[in-house]
Amino acid sequence: MIKLTAKKLAVLLGLVALSGFLGNVQAKQISLLNVSYDPTRELYRDYNKAFTEYWNKKTGDQLTIDVSNGGSGKQARAVIDGLEADVVTLALASDINAIAEKTQLIPVDWQGKFPNNSSPYTSTIVFLVRKGNPKNIKDWNDLVKPGIGVITPNPKTSGGARWNFLAAWAYAKHKLGSDDAAKDFITKLFKNVPVLDTGARGATNTFVQRGIGDVLLAWENEALQSLQEEPGKFEIVTPSLSILAEPPVAIVEKTAAKHGTTEVAKAYIEYLYSDAGQELIAQHFYRPSNKAVLAKYEKNFPKVELVTIDSDFGGWKKAQSFYFGDGGVFDQIYKK
Amino acid sequence: MGFSLTYLSLLILIPLAGIFVKSAEGGWPHFWESISGEFAIASYKLSFGASLAGAAINAVFGLIVAWVLVRYDFPFKRLIDAFVDLPFALPTAVAGIALTTIYSQNGWIGHVFSADGFIGSAFTPNGWFGTHFPPGTWLGDILPTNGIPIAYTWVGVTIALTFIGLPFVVRTLQPILSDLSLDFEEAAASLGANYLQIFFRVILPELLPALLTGFSLAFARALGEYGSVIFIAGNIPGKTEITPRLIVNKLEEYDYSGAASIAVVMLLFSFITLFAINVTQWWNSRFYTRI
Repeated sequence: MIKLTAKKLAVLLGLVALSGFLGNVQAKQISLLNVSYDPTRELYRDYNKAFTEYWNKKTGDQLTIDVSNGGSGKQARAVIDGLEADVVTLALASDINAIAEKTQLIPVDWQGKFPNNSSPYTSTIVFLVRKGNPKNIKDWNDLVKPGIGVITPNPKTSGGARWNFLAAWAYAKHKLGSDDAAKDFITKLFKNVPVLDTGARGATNTFVQRGIGDVLLAWENEALQSLQEEPGKFEIVTPSLSILAEPPVAIVEKTAAKHGTTEVAKAYIEYLYSDAGQELIAQHFYRPSNKAVLAKYEKNFPKVELVTIDSDFGGWKKAQSFYFGDGGVFDQIYKK
Repeated sequence: MGFSLTYLSLLILIPLAGIFVKSAEGGWPHFWESISGEFAIASYKLSFGASLAGAAINAVFGLIVAWVLVRYDFPFKRLIDAFVDLPFALPTAVAGIALTTIYSQNGWIGHVFSADGFIGSAFTPNGWFGTHFPPGTWLGDILPTNGIPIAYTWVGVTIALTFIGLPFVVRTLQPILSDLSLDFEEAAASLGANYLQIFFRVILPELLPALLTGFSLAFARALGEYGSVIFIAGNIPGKTEITPRLIVNKLEEYDYSGAASIAVVMLLFSFITLFAINVTQWWNSRFYTRI
């Protein structure tokens, strides 16, 4: 008797589902996991809301998007170790490369799948100093002076810190010419670093909340956000030269295929390139790749000479092992 | 027997065996290189040194706390007694953030010791110590000259490790102390022993085994501590980087076998410590049954 009712119920449900399918309002419950790096919390919180609405309007599906934030390297490792991300939005290409190489969940040519090296937004590295700039910090060479406290996270664990390191290196190389001089410069700079946090957000907290140090090397978006959150306490100093940071995005294709989320994951990333997405990106202080949107917010994004990882450092694969690998330049500067 | 073995295997033995397997993956040269690198050695010194210091501080002050809690009655005694367990219950990250907030140069205590603070200002070139012992004199060369920084130095690490170890000492001493009969002390006093003699000759020998157990437990706990320390340690390689943090660093470089190699070293030391604890406990029980 009970079995019969269960059967009836199943038939009924099937009919309901079928009618829904025929009426093309087949509302599905889909969930998507975006594994991201440290300072994107606010951006993706708002973006997910916008995208959920957009997707619901377009397809009728109910979408739940979860975001995991943390140091870029740690996040990549979590995905390698089995965290089932549908989409990764990390701080630098080498972390996505690592996932692609170690797990084959992402094809090795991932960076060509979306426009602009798969970077819907870019940023750069700027200085955040205390109000009135009491130590008169104007450019990179002010950071190596004795008595200046420089706050940056550890390049081994933080994507942002790797950009910091390379920006400083690029400046020294342009100014001083040789690799040895640049290494000397960077060694002096890191002598002035009292704390090495694991991620960009931790370093911001050390500088903003604990009041440690005179200058924070920060993502431009993170610096602008600190200005907004603590008005009147800080100033941004844009150095004469910095680096074009391209935080890339990718679909974790095999995982998405397993979850049946390939289509929505693709739309999720493509929507980042749409006008609405670019607008949100600019509002969260990332430099949008869309020129019109960039022009609209240009007061936030001063023009600065930017080197790129590909032109100055021969790409991430090379830079990663040379500067940040075991025994690399970063390790050498702390050896006695 | 079968159940407890399965349970232990699933939770402890198999994962630990995994570490040994993983550490062997990179081959012997890589293993040796990982565990004997300059930063690794420096981190052992810091981790073991600060853990030992923390456990030693706890042995002294934990004994005093336990003593007061057992022997004296005062208002809110139960409440204060409950506070002792806080380091057990608190998520370690919370403890770390709280400690860092207080001991960083802008925190309440950190400021007092900073160059602008009441105590720290003595340790500046114009302060009392700076003027009386300028650089070049015997003391001047070893004294700090810019206040006494606490957070982001080995001092901060020691404070965090002391914090998390306190309950181990207090909770192992309390039952022994409350069992300790006043008769012995009274007998000693009636025989003409002074306070110091009573403490060192009568009380301390009774407490010593439990004190050692508490000390080793606090030490073992401090050795493996991560959450609270990373906030207050500066994490500068070779200076204020604890060993667990070095393991995490290796992992983030995708150097799994290197990380496992250092983990093996930690594991061996933890095992030795725990073995020592068991030996003291065995000695402990023999000691008490003899009486």
